[in-house]
Amino acid sequence: MKLITAVVKPFKLDEVKDALKAAGIVGITATEVRGFGRQSGHTETYRGTEYNIAFVPKVKLEILVGDDDVERIVGVIVDAARTDKIGDGKIWVTSVDSIVRIRTGELNDDAI
Amino acid sequence: MTEEELVTLAGSGNVAWILVSAALVLFMTPGLAFFYGGMDRTKNVLNMLMMNFYCLLIVPVLWIVAGYSLAQEPYGNKFIGGFSQVFLKDIDLGDGKTIATIAFLGMFASITPALISGAVAGRMKFSAWALFVPLWLFLVFIPVFKWVYGGWLFQRGSIDFAGGTAIHVNAGIAALAAVLVLGKRKGWPSEIQPPHSMPLVMLGTGILWFGWFGFNAGSALAANGQAAQAFMNTFLAAAAAGLAWCIVERLRDGHFTNLGAASGIVAGLVAITPCAGFVDGADPILIGLIAGVACCYAVKLKSRFGYDDALDVVGVHLVGGLVGSLLLGLFANPEFFSGGGELLFLEGAFYGGGLQLLGEQALANGSAIVWSFVVTFGIMIALKKTIGVRVDEETEVVGLDLSEHRETAYHSG
Repeated sequence: MKLITAVVKPFKLDEVKDALKAAGIVGITATEVRGFGRQSGHTETYRGTEYNIAFVPKVKLEILVGDDDVERIVGVIVDAARTDKIGDGKIWVTSVDSIVRIRTGELNDDAI
Repeated sequence: MTEEELVTLAGSGNVAWILVSAALVLFMTPGLAFFYGGMDRTKNVLNMLMMNFYCLLIVPVLWIVAGYSLAQEPYGNKFIGGFSQVFLKDIDLGDGKTIATIAFLGMFASITPALISGAVAGRMKFSAWALFVPLWLFLVFIPVFKWVYGGWLFQRGSIDFAGGTAIHVNAGIAALAAVLVLGKRKGWPSEIQPPHSMPLVMLGTGILWFGWFGFNAGSALAANGQAAQAFMNTFLAAAAAGLAWCIVERLRDGHFTNLGAASGIVAGLVAITPCAGFVDGADPILIGLIAGVACCYAVKLKSRFGYDDALDVVGVHLVGGLVGSLLLGLFANPEFFSGGGELLFLEGAFYGGGLQLLGEQALANGSAIVWSFVVTFGIMIALKKTIGVRVDEETEVVGLDLSEHRETAYHSG
């Protein structure tokens, strides 16, 4: 069992969601987050004065998958979220010890 | 109908317009609060709103206690009124025009100190502001108001239709004096945050513009041709100035911005305030265009000279007020308003009046600037040496909403 965490551009959220659903994913947790990478934020101008907005808005997606699905799902996200421009985001995968479905009490792979 | 009934009937229209205008001007203070509040940070927005609403709590009461009497009576004294009408003593109800006018002017008295709040945003103790407002009302606003409306500046021939000198220049230069005593916000200018809510700024701008029709057209104190022209001028100058500011930003910075439009609209409204019932034709458009460009550059002065006028009260109100008041020396057209009768005010240079009016306008504004700056500086120093004017560093970092008011503007969930 793995947790895929993907930070993507907010306007790509719908495309990523649709691609993941088409790939068989049944659950996604999405959070509005702010952050910066090599992009280092952006500037805004108010009354002629430039402000550096260091933390830009992103969406963080969290998806639980079985070990066999990791590579395929990461590929789906990359294809759907990529614009080839700076600030496209990042995906990382971590191992998960256990999963419980609260309603039924099902465990681990059955609970994905 | 008898002649007396006809006079009453005609007067009732005037009273109705003054009453409506008074309510419109009241609405400007919340409008200003949102205009400023949107530009402030999330942690200080309630403090900004309260600094403005506080003016609506304290000033109306003081206006009736002694403010109106000192600002307007007796007309014989050139510098200050008297105590003959404290608590509205000895004022006949009549057709209601006098009471309506006192209420109308009380709205002006309320918004004028509120204008200063934008400069001191983010670091002034609320207790200091609570004392500053009444002190400033009696020591600065009321004397200057008296000089301009009935006092020595008026008698010399300077004109100020709705408060360019008495309100905007007066508050604008006071804002400069206040921030010089108060000091810069922590981190200014490099670490200052952008406006927290541009939609609030735009909403506030709309309310201000709406209310300003009462401010300017109501200052005719009658429902007549001068009121209609003042209304039209308020409409045109704000639009032209907003357009001018945005075009400068588009050419200079690359984008047509909301804050540019809002700032330009307010700059145009400020500039047309002294001129509203004295100019006509395309002149209000020219006045607006000039004010929009001038103020767009004037907001840069603070970084050049190193004073932290947080929300540009100096750049918009002092400069916009001066631009309008001085341009009135060129554009005033009394013949247009005379209806063929005698001219009621001096002609501007472009309407055959030479430079006399321009000179009087310069003198009036210069006098208001000197008095307002010196006395405001004195009030701030006195407050600084007694109760203190500035919050401590921790309060400034935590935010004034929580520290000064025990409230938070935006709770999630």
